[in-house]
Amino acid sequence: MRDWMKMAGIRSSEITDEKLFRQRRQLLQASAAAGVTGLIAMPAMAEGKALNQPIVKSSFSTDEELSTKETVTTYNNFYELGTDKGDPVRYADRLQTEPWSVTIDGECAKPGVYTLEDVLKPHAIEERIYRMRCVEAWSMVIPWNGFSLADLIKRVEPNSRAKYVAFETVVQDDLPGVKRNVLEWPYREGLRMDEALHPLTMLAMGIYGEELPNQNGAPLRLVVPWKYGYKSIKSIVRISFVEEQPVTSWNMSAPQEYGFYSNVNPERSHPRWSQARERRLSGDTGGLSALFASKSDTLYMNGYAEQVAELYQGMDLQKFH
Amino acid sequence: MRSSAGGSGMSSTVEALRRWPVLRWQSVIKPLVFTAAIIPFLFLLQALFSGSLGPNPIDELTDQTGTLAIRMLLISLALTPLRGLLKNTWPVKLRRMMGLFAFFYAFVHVSIYLLLDQQLDPAAIWEDLAERPYIMAGTVAFVILIPLAMTSTRGMVRRLGRRWASLHRGVYLAGAAVVVHYVWLAKGDLIEPFVYLAILMVLLGYRFVRLLR
Ligand code: HEM
Repeated sequence: MRDWMKMAGIRSSEITDEKLFRQRRQLLQASAAAGVTGLIAMPAMAEGKALNQPIVKSSFSTDEELSTKETVTTYNNFYELGTDKGDPVRYADRLQTEPWSVTIDGECAKPGVYTLEDVLKPHAIEERIYRMRCVEAWSMVIPWNGFSLADLIKRVEPNSRAKYVAFETVVQDDLPGVKRNVLEWPYREGLRMDEALHPLTMLAMGIYGEELPNQNGAPLRLVVPWKYGYKSIKSIVRISFVEEQPVTSWNMSAPQEYGFYSNVNPERSHPRWSQARERRLSGDTGGLSALFASKSDTLYMNGYAEQVAELYQGMDLQKFH
Repeated sequence: MRSSAGGSGMSSTVEALRRWPVLRWQSVIKPLVFTAAIIPFLFLLQALFSGSLGPNPIDELTDQTGTLAIRMLLISLALTPLRGLLKNTWPVKLRRMMGLFAFFYAFVHVSIYLLLDQQLDPAAIWEDLAERPYIMAGTVAFVILIPLAMTSTRGMVRRLGRRWASLHRGVYLAGAAVVVHYVWLAKGDLIEPFVYLAILMVLLGYRFVRLLR
């Protein structure tokens, strides 16, 4: 079965995932056009709960081949759930995401504890297909659902002292990774204000038109496509507006290796992985062909240089890595 | 004459019977251990052909074979002290086989890296060697293991005599280089490499204590 599909150039994962995904997209577009939300029955896709709202396609999307949903949801780095790539999906159930609230504090006019619903409600949900480049030299193409972080930031009215935005992941004591001090919890990340306000920077609450699975950082995560994956912090419970550059988890763990900026940069050598090339994980793992796939060249700023280069004008990105 | 010959025949049969279970045990242990050591390889092949190695099969194969290689290496090192502890020689009879298994898995590991991961791209391999200390440490370990594997035949043991023993002490160096390889490549989680390091230290410590006595 697999072999003839291969000969015909069809990948089994393509059939199961992409066809349904396309159907869903068409339906979603139809429902959005008709102004109907949540009334159209969606074709059932394994597990995930469909997002019951119109999803607007974003012009920021790449038209590269999507990684399969299986790849995106079974190969993750989420150290609170364990350090093995398979741990996050294995222990996904342990993460409690209901109820969920996000504390927004620091230099802004409207600090407070916002329920997840409060955070999400006013925003139109988009689909943005971004490249995701992990510092471990692999990459995926992921259809995120969410909105620009800038839209949330504007709602809470940061003041002029807000130079940076700091984020924190939830710490739940019974998560297998939290019991061990692989990193100093909570997981922390940060962005400079102009990076946080950049239209490409998004908060995601879904993938493939479904609610974010726990292993992918449910119920709310950051996505910064021109930076290494670890900057895109998962399961956010705190967003703080601060004057000083915040500390970030991987930088605390190994400062020479993981800088505050962590922009994808094929020219900056890394002691563990060559950042010059990457292995694109698309999901074709059946049979032997996956073993002979070659790596591709990593693009400066993960291919988003045109949009973001101005943020770093005049900066030495070898030093500010 | 007859009866005395019969008597001695009797006692040697009793003797053989008494030794029989031991002989049995010793003759099956080698094939048993061989099977146990080759099974992970068969599982990997099976996973490979059924496509169940996950989204990043090359990385999975690299990690699995690397882990198998270091475990076989440590097992082969533990066999000498085990002889002393059990006051029995069967553990050392497995030493050559386990050492060769360590080399076998290391060879597969390195081959996957060269052929599949780097696709024999000389520039990429050179960059890795020059810029990534853990690749250098792994290479040191592998380069040490090559002559050890090549001199593991009975003929070589005999021909090299005393020099064989000193050459094969290099295996501790290879073990240390592998631990360094693992510590340097691990991202965040150092438990496993440190467990291997601890085992290696205990084994080395045992050797030293014996030397001093
Ligand atoms: C030319 C020599 C070698 C090269 C180029 C090499 C390369 C690699 C690479 C690329 C990885 C994976 C790193 C990652 O996942 O990011 C790795 C992991 C590993 N290697 Fe090697 N290696 C070499 C020799 C060895 C030897 C001789 C051993 C053991 C006897 C060994 C044991 C391991 C172990 C235990 C791991 C970690 C597996 C894990 O993460 O679970 N390596 N090696």
